[in-house]
Amino acid sequence: MENVRRVISVLVENESSVLSRISGLFAGRGYNIETLTVAPVPNSNLSHITIVTKGSARVLEQITKQLHKLVPVYKVIEHDEMVEKEMVLVKFPIEESLADIEALCAAYNGGIVNVGVNICIGMVADEPCRVRHFLEATQRYNPIEIVRGGVVAIER
Amino acid sequence: MKMNGAQMVCEALIAEGVKTVFGYPGGAIMNVYDEIYKQDGFEHILNRHEQASVHAADGYARATGDVGVAMVTSGPGFTNAVTGLATAYMDSIPMVVISGQVPLSLIGTDGFQEIDAVGISRPCTKHNYLVRELSELPRIMKEAFHIARTGRPGPVLVDIPKDITAEFGEFVYPESVDIPSFKPTVKGNKRQIEKAIEAILKAKKPLLYIGGGVTLSDSSDLVRKIAEMGQIPAVETLMARGVMGAKNPLLQGMLGMHGNYSSNMAMSETDLVISLGARFDDRVTGKLSEFAKYADIIHVDIDPANIGKLVDVDYPIVGDLANVLEKFIEGLEGKIKPERYTDWREVLERYDNLHPQSYVDSDKVIKPQWAIERIGELLGEQAIITSDVGQHQMWAAQHYPFDRPRQWINSGGLGTMGFGFPAALGAKKAFPEKTVVNITGDGSILMNVQELVTAAEYKIPVINIILNNHFLGMVRQWQTFFYEERYSETDLSFQPNFKALAEACHGIGYDVTTKAEFDAAIKDAIEKDKVAFINVQVARFENVLPMVPAAGALYNMMLPKKEDNTKGEK
Repeated sequence: MENVRRVISVLVENESSVLSRISGLFAGRGYNIETLTVAPVPNSNLSHITIVTKGSARVLEQITKQLHKLVPVYKVIEHDEMVEKEMVLVKFPIEESLADIEALCAAYNGGIVNVGVNICIGMVADEPCRVRHFLEATQRYNPIEIVRGGVVAIER
Repeated sequence: MKMNGAQMVCEALIAEGVKTVFGYPGGAIMNVYDEIYKQDGFEHILNRHEQASVHAADGYARATGDVGVAMVTSGPGFTNAVTGLATAYMDSIPMVVISGQVPLSLIGTDGFQEIDAVGISRPCTKHNYLVRELSELPRIMKEAFHIARTGRPGPVLVDIPKDITAEFGEFVYPESVDIPSFKPTVKGNKRQIEKAIEAILKAKKPLLYIGGGVTLSDSSDLVRKIAEMGQIPAVETLMARGVMGAKNPLLQGMLGMHGNYSSNMAMSETDLVISLGARFDDRVTGKLSEFAKYADIIHVDIDPANIGKLVDVDYPIVGDLANVLEKFIEGLEGKIKPERYTDWREVLERYDNLHPQSYVDSDKVIKPQWAIERIGELLGEQAIITSDVGQHQMWAAQHYPFDRPRQWINSGGLGTMGFGFPAALGAKKAFPEKTVVNITGDGSILMNVQELVTAAEYKIPVINIILNNHFLGMVRQWQTFFYEERYSETDLSFQPNFKALAEACHGIGYDVTTKAEFDAAIKDAIEKDKVAFINVQVARFENVLPMVPAAGALYNMMLPKKEDNTKGEK
C-alpha cells in the first residue's frame, strides 16, 4: 500500500508523561513521526499535539485508533480541510545582502527578526511545502544554521 | 477521615472489595505493608518472587473475572513484576499492581532501588500512574480499578513514592469516576448490527470465530444461543476454549497453528466469518492473504483498534459483546433457518471424519495426549486447568474437554513460561473447593518453582502435572521440523529430582512412568490435599500436530501420522 502524509492533531490531558505515552506509542508500534509539536491550549488543562506522519491507509487508521486508546487522549483529529503552517528560523552571515534576505523572507510571510554583529536571523511561517521552497532559495545566501519548528494545523 | 497514604491504599483496596493481595515487601513499599499488618479487610499472600505475585493475581482475575491485585516494591521488585504485567496486558486481564517508589525528593537521582516504573511499564499496561501528591491518591486508586475493568480490560500500575505513603491527609474515597477522555463504546452501532444480521441470514457457510473476549465479557451463554438458533458451526481460539463446551457438536475445535483439520478448513472455506472478541492473531490466521479468503467478515470487538488491524472487515461493530449479541439474537429470532446451513455442516463433518484430532497411543510409554485426556476423564468439568507454555499447553488446549469458560487459564498472547503454577495459586485462592491442576513441562515448571514454598505455607494444594520429555519440547519440535534436528540447547536431560524437590518444599511428589501410576498419583494428590508435583515421563519426541508452519496458509497442515511416531524412544 502506498504511503500517505497525514497531519494529526491530538488533544491530551496536560499531565506529566503524556508526551512519552504518545512518542512511545509511535516508537513501539513502528509508526513514523516527521514532525511533532506540543503546546498547552489556553484556558484549559489540555495540550495540543500536532503530529505529521506517513503511512499506508491501514497504518494511519491504526495510529488514530491507538492514540484514542491512550487514557489521557481526549480527541484525535485527522486533518483534511486545514490550514497548516510551519515556522523556520535561519541564521545568515551579516556579509549577505540584508535587503535580499528581507525580500526573500517577506515573500514567505516572514522577515528579518534579529540582526547582530556577525549574523542576521530570518523567520518565515508558511505551508510546509513553501517552507521547503524558501529553504532552497536561502541556499545562495550561505545560511549558517536552520531550525524548523514543526507543523501546526487547524481545521478550516 | 485523616490517615496516611499507606492506610489510604488499604482502605481503597477494601472499598474495591479486594479479598486477596499477592505480593512481596521491600524498602519503598514498607509503609503499606505496615498497614497491611494492622488490617484484616483482605488477606495477603507472600509469593517467593514478584513475578509469581503478579501471575497469581492474574490467575485470580482469570478465574473470577474480578480485578486481581499484586503489590511489589520499587526497583527490582517492580522489574520482576514486568513480565506479569506484560502477560496480563497481552491477554486483556483486569489487574491493579501497586509498586513502591523511592521518595519524591530522590526521583531522578539514581537512588537506591530507583527505576522509572511508569516509563518501563508504559507499553505493557493499559494505563499507569506515578502518584505525585497524596491528595491524588484516592482518585488514582479509584480510576485504576475502573480502567482495569472497563472496556477492554487490562493491567494498571500505580507507582507510589515512599514519602506519600507516610504522609497524613484527609481520605475520602470517590463514589464515581470521571475521566472524560476514557469512555469506551459499549453499545454497538444499530445500522451495522442490522447489516451484519442480514449478512448472516444471506450466508451459506457462516462460521463463528470465538475469541478470548467472549470469556472476558462472560457472554458465552449468548454465543451458545446464537450457535444453537442457527446451528452455526463454531471454532475457538486458544483463549476461548470452554466457551462452546467440548461436547457441543457445533464446535469444530481450536483453529490456528495447532488447530484441528476441520476448524482450519472451516476457516479456509467459510463465506462469512462472525468474529466475536477475537483479534486475528498471527498464530490463528497463518498466511493472511489466504486466511478466510472466500469470506466476508463481521468483527465485533470492544476495542476499535482491533478492527481492521490485520484483515479488512466488511461489518465492523465496536461494542460490548454481551450488548451486541443480545441484539443479534433479537434480529435473528424467527428468521434464521438452521436447514440453510445443513450442507455446510455436513462438509465440516466429513472433514472431521477425514482427519480427526488424533494421536497414536502406546503401551510402552505414556503419550502426553493420553495424559491430558486422562486428566479430563478423571476431573472433567469441575477442575480448573492452568498451563505453562509449550507443547503441553497445546496438547491441553487440543485434548482437554473444556466445558465452560474460565476453566482454562493460560498465557496466550505473551506465551510466558512460568505462568501456570502461580496462576494456579491465584485460581485456587478464588475457588478453594475446586481441584486446580497446572499442566506443565519440565522446562516451564522451573521458571517459578519457588512457588512450592508459597503453596505449602498457605496450604494452597494445586497439582502440577509435569509432562516430562526431558526437552524444551516446542523448540525441539521446531528444530526437528525446520532446523534439521540440530537440538541446540533444548536437551533438558539434566534436571532435578522433581519428587524430592516438591517434598523438600513441604509438598508431595510422584514419579510416574505407567498409566496405572498416573491414575494413582492424581487420586492420591487430591486426597492428600497438598501442593503436588506429578512427574510424568512421556514420549520424548512426540510432536504437537496438526501444525501449520509459521506464515503458511491454514489449509496447509502437517497432520498426525496414523501409525506410532515415537521416534528415537529409549
